[in-house]
Amino acid sequence: MNKTDALIIGAGPTGLFTAHQLKLIGLDCEVVDNLDKIGGQCIELYPDKPIYDIPAVPECTGEELTNNLINQIKPFDIKFHLSERVDEVKKEGDNWLVKTNNGTTFQTPNVIIAGGVGSFEPRKFPVKECEKFENQSVFYSIKNKKMFEGKTVSIFGGGDSALDWAVELSKNSKVNLIHRRDDFRGAQATVDNVKELAKQGKINLFTKFQMTAIKGEKKLESIDIKSDDKELKTLQTDYALGFFGLIMQLGPIANWGLNIDKKTIEVDTEKFETNQKGIYAVGDICSYPGKLKLILSGFHEGALAARACFKLARPNEKYRFEFTTSSKSIKDRLGVKSD
Amino acid sequence: MAKITYITHDKQNHTIEVQNGLTVMEGAVQNDIPGIDADCGGGMACATCHVYVNDEWFDKITPKEDGEEDMLDMAFEPKKNSRLSCQIIVSDELDGLTVNIPSKQG
Repeated sequence: MNKTDALIIGAGPTGLFTAHQLKLIGLDCEVVDNLDKIGGQCIELYPDKPIYDIPAVPECTGEELTNNLINQIKPFDIKFHLSERVDEVKKEGDNWLVKTNNGTTFQTPNVIIAGGVGSFEPRKFPVKECEKFENQSVFYSIKNKKMFEGKTVSIFGGGDSALDWAVELSKNSKVNLIHRRDDFRGAQATVDNVKELAKQGKINLFTKFQMTAIKGEKKLESIDIKSDDKELKTLQTDYALGFFGLIMQLGPIANWGLNIDKKTIEVDTEKFETNQKGIYAVGDICSYPGKLKLILSGFHEGALAARACFKLARPNEKYRFEFTTSSKSIKDRLGVKSD
Repeated sequence: MAKITYITHDKQNHTIEVQNGLTVMEGAVQNDIPGIDADCGGGMACATCHVYVNDEWFDKITPKEDGEEDMLDMAFEPKKNSRLSCQIIVSDELDGLTVNIPSKQG
């Protein structure tokens, strides 16, 4: 059981700056995120896209912004729990008991949801029957490539993940690569490599095709694919892999008794607290009159939510507002010299 | 202003007037038309405002920019007439545009 003053759900820019604010005022915090890396949408959706509306930063990419925020919290010892999704939040006395899908548990008086539009999950095949085979012969990520040795694997997608795995698995498996159009969005060198392997007969390439059906009794036997010109093919296959990127799903947050409207959580604008005492929402996931989905708004919301956490984490102390330019205790926490 | 008809997956027609300059995605979101999620808020970064544009209109709207086709790779059941509605900007010329919303966005 991890005990902390505040648990932040979401390691995007808002979650990171909220962590900074908590540590600055002397509170502990830990951060959980379902992605395997820090940065949220900034790192997953637009790492290379320039952002022009961060105050005092004329231009930076999603990745640069993330790196700067990580640098800003370097003075503090903040524990991150990545590749974990918070599944349960339950009241227990004055605390919240929080549990992740990996079984990690937290006891904390304050939960700050900085979850953007929810957690990133892999996009799945549109064919519904694929659910039946999921994690047995249908996969959206690869943990153990050995299982594919000597088998037939049908890979769907046109980005780097699909192409890289097609190249890699073609060494020891029979690989079908299926994509909805002739162009691939993966790195040009990999695309060239795939086309060369296709010429050599090491990858069976099917472009302008998409899956229409999946068949098999106990285990996957074959898939049907159909082209733009309505040509139908049946491919015998042992495995089907889909690489269609990630999509954000609100997920378990919907079950925590919060007032949710249009996938956002209602908060007040003083503490950014939800209808549940001690649960706050900041950043894109919160809503209030006048809400702007800007990164700068998330920073403001996080700063105020962090101050609100103080009261529940230190019920016998009084929070005193201080500036980083002059406060000795803040400078001590940052590990910088006082004047 | 343009009258735009959104047809949801359950065959419900929603015809609304959308101001010039807004996107077809914004028209849907502001009028609570179900089925267009627009998770990234119009940044061409998520493919959750995917629509099918009727053939008669497909060639009349501004063509796809770089990157839109890449994002459509990730959309749910993309077809030849797929577009991201955040990339279609409303103008008088689009009066009468009809788009079909897929059964889901992901």
